[in-house]
Amino acid sequence: MLANYGLIGLFFIVVVLFSLSMVIIPIILRLLKIVPSHPNPIKNSIFECGVETIGKTWVQFNFRYYFYALIFLALDVLVVFLYPWAVQLRELGLTSLIVVFILVFIVLIGYIYAWKKKVLEWK
Amino acid sequence: MAIIDLVINRRLSLAALPPDWPGNNYWWHWLFFTIVLIAFVLVMVMGAIYIERRAMGRMQSRLGPNRTGPFGLLQPVADAVKVMLKENIVPDNADKIVHWLAPVIAFAPVLMIFAVVPFQNGALLADLNIGILYIVAISSISTVGVFMAGWSSGNKYSLLGAMRNVAAVVSYEIPLVLSIVGVVLVAGSMSLNTIVLKQDIPFILLQPLGFLIFFAAACAEINRSPFDLMEADSEIVAGFHTEYSGMKFAMFYLVEYAEAIAMSAIITTIFLGGWRGPLLPPWLWFIVKTFIVFFVMVWTRTTLPRVRIDQLMALAWKFLFPLALINLFVTAVQVLVWPDALPWTAVYINIAIMIILIFLWSRFFKLGWGRVEI
Repeated sequence: MLANYGLIGLFFIVVVLFSLSMVIIPIILRLLKIVPSHPNPIKNSIFECGVETIGKTWVQFNFRYYFYALIFLALDVLVVFLYPWAVQLRELGLTSLIVVFILVFIVLIGYIYAWKKKVLEWK
Repeated sequence: MAIIDLVINRRLSLAALPPDWPGNNYWWHWLFFTIVLIAFVLVMVMGAIYIERRAMGRMQSRLGPNRTGPFGLLQPVADAVKVMLKENIVPDNADKIVHWLAPVIAFAPVLMIFAVVPFQNGALLADLNIGILYIVAISSISTVGVFMAGWSSGNKYSLLGAMRNVAAVVSYEIPLVLSIVGVVLVAGSMSLNTIVLKQDIPFILLQPLGFLIFFAAACAEINRSPFDLMEADSEIVAGFHTEYSGMKFAMFYLVEYAEAIAMSAIITTIFLGGWRGPLLPPWLWFIVKTFIVFFVMVWTRTTLPRVRIDQLMALAWKFLFPLALINLFVTAVQVLVWPDALPWTAVYINIAIMIILIFLWSRFFKLGWGRVEI
């Protein structure tokens, strides 16, 4: 099994090198004067409907999906626990189904509460 | 003396290798599949771009690209060459290093997905016993690249697009993952190769609701229309890649289509029976099915109008997630009733359940005019 992860790891190294090379090739071509490079202030300004941008972009703003992220965290952890159970269901039998149902039910109470509190609305 | 020492040391280090150190075969397997996978992704992306542009052209009563090569077949190649020779513009206000790294981080995970997808029985880079978990884990990493792109551009449209993308991925991750649990329940394994071998009845028939949920969630996760709010041209220019040009823009384009192909390949593998099929060789079946799924995605794109952001979130949290949970428990009960293999009876039951559930649940929604309120 470890050998399989070795294959994945080696593949990962090749993939990263490949993607890096795709970014680096244009730089080399630019040094060879094949790709043009004539920067000027207008060209290098930020695109915004023809008017200069007011203020910085990296500002604080309304973080609407904060609650989504919280619910996501709880539910995603739950789902990861479901995977090993799903593989072994035939051996574990009906008892495991009931146990998992109770586990899901506990999280579901939170989900329904969030729904009733209108957290799931995008306002 | 030094050389002799070196030789002896080398021999010692060779002898110290663990007994299960992989042999020659292992390295050839790795080399072969690494080259095949990268070539496969690039060629499939070119095919996908061609299919998308031509099919969309036909569906919108126009011709589509037809000048470069026979039937415009060389259009993707021409695009690739053109885009590679374009000037690379980085805004002055951008965070330069992150701006450079973003396409790499977005692109690498997409290629990694294909490492566990079987092209034929046993013909895959690594038959992980946690294949599906691996895919779920890897496929959402490219969101980090997208967010880096949006953040580093220094453009408010880009930032908005990236924020929307993260919101959509976070929401649709859960129905996506839950709908796969149903497949894992039926197959009793997370290895993709085993899942394909178990599909005497394709899982699209045993898990029709799971398939629909997975398809919708996958479309949302990879920013396909009708869920492409993160690059909605009419609202936020081009979303996260507004400030990108040249090769880096091409990489985001590549990521988009490679993700679409990856999702089509996963749908093919876990729902449509993967490489199984009569007459044709298995790998050809796999490619044909992948393109069919991709074509359905293009078809959806041309048919449906773009949804609003509140509709997008409501669909994920109020429609797909509860249905996915119900589907999960229904499947679990069925697996306990028929432990060996689900019979054809289960197919009819599941299709009936799917139709009833979708009709009942959509009565909660008043889509169309106004906001979604439940």
